[in-house]
Parts: sequence; C-alpha cells; structure tokens
Amino acid sequence: MTLSHALFAILASVTAISALGVVLSGSIVRAAVWLLFTLLGVSMLYFLLGAEFLGAAQLIVYVGGTLVLVIFGIMLTAQGPFSSLKTRPMEWVVGGALGAVLFALLVNAVRPIPDLQPGGAGTLPGTGPLGMGFLGIANNGAVAYLLPFEIVSVHLLVVLIGAAYLARAKRHQRTEGEA
Amino acid sequence: MPEFWSQILPHPWHLVAIGLIAAGLLFGFIGISTFFAIWAERKVSGRIQDRLGPTRVGPYGLLQSLADGIKLISKEDFAPTDADRFLFRFAPYLAFCASFCGFLALPFGAGLVAVELDVAAFFMLAVLSSEVFGIILAGWASASKWSLFGGLREAAQVVSYEVPRAMCVVVPVCVAGTLSLSEFARQQQGGFWNWFVFHDPFTFAAFFVFFITATASCKRAPFDLAEAESELVAGFLVEYSGIRWSYFFLAEYGSMFAVSGLAVYLFLGGWHSGVLPGEPTDWLGFWAGSFLNLGVFLAKCWMLVLVMIWLRWSLPRLRIDQVMTTCLRYLLPISCVLLIGVSLWQLLVPRSIGFVVSCALAVASVAFTFGVIVSLFRLPTSSPRGSLPGVWAGRSTPLTPR
Repeated sequence: MTLSHALFAILASVTAISALGVVLSGSIVRAAVWLLFTLLGVSMLYFLLGAEFLGAAQLIVYVGGTLVLVIFGIMLTAQGPFSSLKTRPMEWVVGGALGAVLFALLVNAVRPIPDLQPGGAGTLPGTGPLGMGFLGIANNGAVAYLLPFEIVSVHLLVVLIGAAYLARAKRHQRTEGEA
Repeated sequence: MPEFWSQILPHPWHLVAIGLIAAGLLFGFIGISTFFAIWAERKVSGRIQDRLGPTRVGPYGLLQSLADGIKLISKEDFAPTDADRFLFRFAPYLAFCASFCGFLALPFGAGLVAVELDVAAFFMLAVLSSEVFGIILAGWASASKWSLFGGLREAAQVVSYEVPRAMCVVVPVCVAGTLSLSEFARQQQGGFWNWFVFHDPFTFAAFFVFFITATASCKRAPFDLAEAESELVAGFLVEYSGIRWSYFFLAEYGSMFAVSGLAVYLFLGGWHSGVLPGEPTDWLGFWAGSFLNLGVFLAKCWMLVLVMIWLRWSLPRLRIDQVMTTCLRYLLPISCVLLIGVSLWQLLVPRSIGFVVSCALAVASVAFTFGVIVSLFRLPTSSPRGSLPGVWAGRSTPLTPR
C-alpha cells in the first residue's frame, strides 16, 4: 500500500460515487454538478499518472463543457417538466443491464494489461516531443496527425455554422416575407 | 526540501508533509494578499473619490480587513427557504478551490513552486476558468432571479473571454516554445529588453489584450456584470452573507493575483528584475537569491493588481451587450491577428532586426512611463484660491475676485 495506491483509491472512489450521483440524483442541475465531480476525478487520475497535459485538457474541455450543460439545464428546463427527472422501472432495468455489460467488457479489456504502475514520470515524453510528433516533425517516418486533426476541426466548424444557420433560418424567412 | 523531510518522517509521510506545508503557505499567501488588497482597494478608491478611505483601525487603517473579517465571521450563516441548500453552501468553496488550484503551478521564484508542471500555463488557464462554476451554482442555488441573472451573465462573459485570453497566452508561448512558467522566466533573464512584452509589436499588443481579458475573467469592474449593483442588486451575491460571502471575495482577489502572476511570467520577465544580470540564485546563493526573486515577483504582481484596482474606480461599468461586443467583435479578431502576426514574425524576421525592434519598444515604453510619472509630479496638486483645476480652469467661482 504505497501513497500512489492510497491516492488512487481515494480518487477512484470519489469518481465512482459522483458517477452514481449523476445517475441517481433527481434534479438536473445537481446531476450536472455530480458529472462535474466525475470529470474532475478523471482529470485527477491523469495527474496521478503523470499525464499533466491530458489532465489539464480534460479540465478545460470537459469541465468547461459541463458548464455549458449546466447553463442549458438552467435555461431550458428550470420551469418545464424536466427540472426533476423521474425514472421508470423499465428504464432502470435496461440502463442497469447496459451498464453491467459495459463494465464487464471494460474489465475484460483491462485485465490482460500487466501491472499498471502509477507515476512513472521518468519514461514519459514531455509536451514538446508530443507536439512535434503530432505535427510529424519529430522522427522521420512518423505519421503526421495534423491533417486529420485539421479536417476534424473544419468539420466541427461546418457543424457550428450549420447550427447557427438553422437557428436563424425561421426569423430570416419572416423578415423576407414582410418585406 | 524533500530530502530534509525524508530524514524526519518515513517514506510516504514526508511527501504528505511537503504537500500540507505547500498548501498551507499558498493559503496563507492568498489570505494575506486579500487582506492587504482589500485595504488597498478601499484606500485607492477613497483617494480617487477625494476621500480618506479607512483611517481608524490600525496605522493608516491597515487592520481594516481584520475588523471586517471579525464582523463577517460573527454574522448569521443564512440560506433562503427555497434555496438548494447543499449547492448554496457548497458554491463559495468551489469558487475558492478553483482560484486556489491556480496557485499550485505558479512559481514564486527559481524552484519556489508547489508543483513543477511542464504545462503550467495551460493548467492555470484550465483551472482559473473553472472558478465560474462556483458563481453560476451560487446564482442558481440562491433561488432568486437577481442571482440567476448574475450567474448566467457571468457564465456568458467567462465563456466568451476565455477564447481571446487563451489565444493571447499562445502568443508568448509561440516565442518561448514552452508551456512551463519556470522556463518562461529563465528565457527572459537579464535586461528588461529581453522580456517577452518587448519581443515584437505583436507580443506588446498581446500583453494589453491579455490584461483586459484577465480583468474580465476575474469579473472586475468595468466587467463586473455578475454583481452590477445598479441593476441586479448584488447579482449572484444577493442571498449570501457572512463568511460564505467573504469566500467569494477570497476567490476574486486570489484569481486577481493568479492572473497577474501569469501575466508577469508570460510577458514581464517572471521573477527577474530586468536590471540585474543572470539568475540571482546562482550568484547570491539559494536563500538570498530566492528572497530577491520572491520580492521582485510579488512587486510586479502587486503593480498589476493595483492597475486593476485603479481601472475599477476610474471606468464606468459596461452594459452586458457592450461586454459581449468588446469580446467577440474586437478582442477575438485582434487576438487572432496577433497570433498569426507573431507566428510570421518568428518565421520571417531575422534576429538582428528583432533585437533592434525589441530595444526600441523597451526604451520607448520606459521613456513613456517615466514621462507620465514626471508629468504627474510637475502638475500642481492644488489650484490657487478662487480658481478651479483641470478642465475647469478659467471658470469663475464664488471666491474668484472680480
């Protein structure tokens, strides 16, 4: 029982308990807060493993994303029927079965990996080599992931512009009709 | 430091002891900085509004924050009936934790850092932007429409200002080629013309854009739309009282110091004084050098915090649409241009021209600052009897001899 094991036990149980909180809490804002703690716990696990960049990225992307979720939770459901969630028994059964199957799958996938040791900071590459490898500059023959990455970003941009256009379309037509 | 503790305590416990000491020191630093920053805020606002500010408690009113603190602790810890009790009580701690975690990666000198992270700048950005969670939860959990408006405004503002702020952080990162704040400081040692703010015109502009967005992300006036007492009573703070209310202010002043520290590392030379050559810990020894580094770093941080205070009491509050327009239509395109500009500068401009430009920028800035200070001392501080100062000069008063 080393310090890393103890910290892992604490973090993992906090993450798991808050994940349960997401599922079990009735209020949508509270569920989002529990989700925030789950994602924070995961980022802490990354920090514990020495993957600082990944941990910080988890914080800025997912935790920031949860913020938007909270805002939507407040703005869209504060008055409506969704402000408190009621789960029917059938949904419990289906969701529970799916969760159990996924858990079994993950356990099966993780078991063959020998001896996961946290905190092996000496062998990890820093952010500089990682970024250079990402650009395909670091070592010759490496695959450059920059082009696929950029294509994905442009795709996201297209989706954003499309969403904005769809959201505007109705008002736009009405003003045309009046004119 | 770890070696010293490993002699006293067995293996895992010396790490725990170091962690506890670092956390305690950081908490103490935030507390003491807030103590004096609130005093400075009240004193500066008093002087700007032609008042005296606090004078009664201690010399120059220095212990005013202590008296305020005692008052806040002894107040009733109150929660509205309709509030979500758990989130209402929890939100102040969440806001403070985010602000506190920002300090974990902030170096105070060579080696004086709680956690030496390779990605410290990125980590600080990520953590400091989660402070808004405490605000929006406080706004929602208070079950008051003023609070909810304040929280939602704050969320919109922070989500928008995060983008130009992050892009302005990338500008000096392009110059330095690292995300580690200690490495930033190491690259800017020596004369002040080596500071990244003077590196090229783009980093010079990026410093000011970063400072504006950082002020906005600390929800300081003129961007304090979340509080906006003239329209929202006190925004997300409406239902809070006593010690929980003060935790929000601990978080606010903490993040002021954190973003000032980040600005000091990214643009203003970190712990290097800009006058002394080399690394002070190398030629002064660890303790004396670290003491000097700490003093220089804190002085720079305090300068930026005082500018924030000065801005707060000089500028009127923006409207919410003006806040969003400032960010999305001006600061965001400007920061995009700065990012592209600094990349092209790094690729195309030869080193000799870059050195000349940075020296010219540094000399011009120092001359400008010096000129402003000299002009302040040359202006008459009071006008003769019967005449008015400034733009009112020449108008008659009841005391003007006819």
